[in-house]
Amino acid sequence: MMTPLRMLQVALGALLRNKMRSFLTVLGVVIGVGAVIAMVSIGEGAKARVAQSFESIGTNMLVVRSGSSQRGGVRGGAGSRWTLTWDDLEAIRREVPAVRHAAPQVSTSAQVLSEEQNWQTSVEGTSPELFDVRNWPIASGRRFTAAEVTQKARVAVLGKTVVDNLFYPGANPVGQQVRINRIPFDVVGVAAEKGSSGRGGDSDDVVMIPVTTFSAKVQGGLQSYIRGSIFVSAISQEATQQAKQGIEQLLRRRHQIRPGGDDDFNVRDLSELASAQQESASTITSLLAGVALVSLLVGGIGIMNIMLVSVTERTREIGLRMAIGARPRQILAQFLCESVALALVGGMLGIASGIGAASYLSGRFGWPMLIRPDVVAVAVGFSAAVGILFGLYPARKASLLDPIQALRYE
Amino acid sequence: MKTDKYTTTDALIAAHDLHKIYAAGDVEVRALDGVSLSIERGEFVAIMGTSGSGKSTLMNILGCLDRPTAGTYLLAGHEVSRLSREQLAAVRNRLLGFVFQSFNLLPRTSAVENVALPLYYAGVGAREARQRAAEALERVGLGKRLQHRPAQLSGGQMQRVAIARALVTEPQLILADEPTGNLDSRTSIEVIALLQQLGAAGITVVLVTHEPEIAAFASRLLSMRDGKVVEDRRQNAAVALGDAISTMTRPALEAAGEVA
Repeated sequence: MMTPLRMLQVALGALLRNKMRSFLTVLGVVIGVGAVIAMVSIGEGAKARVAQSFESIGTNMLVVRSGSSQRGGVRGGAGSRWTLTWDDLEAIRREVPAVRHAAPQVSTSAQVLSEEQNWQTSVEGTSPELFDVRNWPIASGRRFTAAEVTQKARVAVLGKTVVDNLFYPGANPVGQQVRINRIPFDVVGVAAEKGSSGRGGDSDDVVMIPVTTFSAKVQGGLQSYIRGSIFVSAISQEATQQAKQGIEQLLRRRHQIRPGGDDDFNVRDLSELASAQQESASTITSLLAGVALVSLLVGGIGIMNIMLVSVTERTREIGLRMAIGARPRQILAQFLCESVALALVGGMLGIASGIGAASYLSGRFGWPMLIRPDVVAVAVGFSAAVGILFGLYPARKASLLDPIQALRYE
Repeated sequence: MKTDKYTTTDALIAAHDLHKIYAAGDVEVRALDGVSLSIERGEFVAIMGTSGSGKSTLMNILGCLDRPTAGTYLLAGHEVSRLSREQLAAVRNRLLGFVFQSFNLLPRTSAVENVALPLYYAGVGAREARQRAAEALERVGLGKRLQHRPAQLSGGQMQRVAIARALVTEPQLILADEPTGNLDSRTSIEVIALLQQLGAAGITVVLVTHEPEIAAFASRLLSMRDGKVVEDRRQNAAVALGDAISTMTRPALEAAGEVA
């Protein structure tokens, strides 16, 4: 028997006799493998991008909101009735072990004035824990403190957009005063830029003040219910569901809801949204990979086609090889070797072009480039499999030729 | 006379009552109808007959390319008529060499690589195979044409490459199917002379031809008709040519090849 190396040499020699044809056949596989690698890489990049943006929101975050009202069978939407109390907030902080921080958030729209400008924005009353819950660092200055919340201090943390609209570029707002509804507040800090919120709004177009000050000065008197939401962070991302269940049980007990009764609050879990987004990105990845695999399959059919032509063209050669002692198995191996060589060369070039395309596209979209080694291995393995699978039929056809007929073939 | 498959025999070919029947539609075609023959080592046998006489079928069976429908065929003492395709291939590789009318060289492949081909299938390493191929080409007078491709060679030279390819495995039997069919008369004689030399070297040659003047160079003549051997006689015609060729030097052969 011939050595495998020798067989590969013979196969490459035979393929090089028809350079253009071999090149075009290989091209089909190059496009297939390249597409698989590039597409999966793009999908993975998109997924990583989604993951990044959700990390900036905080995937261990829960939002507790007042639930629907129900009067005589007419059910209002979420938040149509205020049901959460300040005591509920304290209970969540103290009694649910999976909860790390909980912060109230009440907001209203108000006109804010600086020395130079005025700007209508969202004024939010909250507590310092909100910055932890929302994973929101301070760019300059500081947060307001728990003591300032207790003292109903007139201090404010401004979002980036508000700073841009109220102060000249380069000016440091920390230490200056702004007026909210004509009441002066000291600016103690500027929050880092957070970008757009999940729904397309601007997260940075906001002024944050202590919730007590908000109740007393902006809203006009302390309310018994929290007219807003409670932002909660779980101790870890894994504990998010635990925290959610803990809060639900606690609030049902506190609100004396009987088993089977509807909740008068709801707990939203952003990790659900995140995983839904992740899942849709994964779906897109598999969809792209599927389309790319189809093109690899088409490349394989190209190989089969050209190998069938080659077997027919070389019928006499096959007859001669058989006459001088090539066994059917050796003929089979020779043609299989050729189709596998086509597929593997295509696979190698496909990896190169796939990585090239992926890095170009990720550069354009500003995504991280993620080449998954397992995908590269699968693509190459698949292309070799395509070579064997689609080469098998022509090679078998060649090996089954009758040497007498083959020698007479014109 | 019954040829037992276990009987040891000196004959290279011992065929007994070979039949080959093809089904052409509803009609049975008896391509071989009870052929028995024995060929000794070193014989130069010509098989003659019109087309349809069964000479090609006999040749294919003797060449282990085909199997008889019935009958026994001992080649060098081995019963080969019932071997599998794989086993027949091995027999062809080790014991037989083929020379065809249309040369059947691989195009775009050098003479030495063409000749080395059977050795590759025999599992001989590339270097040794090329060495032995070069020696075989030397033997047929093409020692200076090793790297030439078939397209760069004349018809006579191509047939000599083919003979070198048949020789390179040191076979016991060379089967030549109309080897001069595509050659002019002068080149034909060179090729026949070469085959005769092989006979002198102890290799059995079986030649199929329809040209009586070519068959005349054989030491034995078999005539076939309707799937039967109708004549089997020994003749002396080869002697004169053998002498003529032995006086021919290699450079003269080469020159003749170049002219052709």
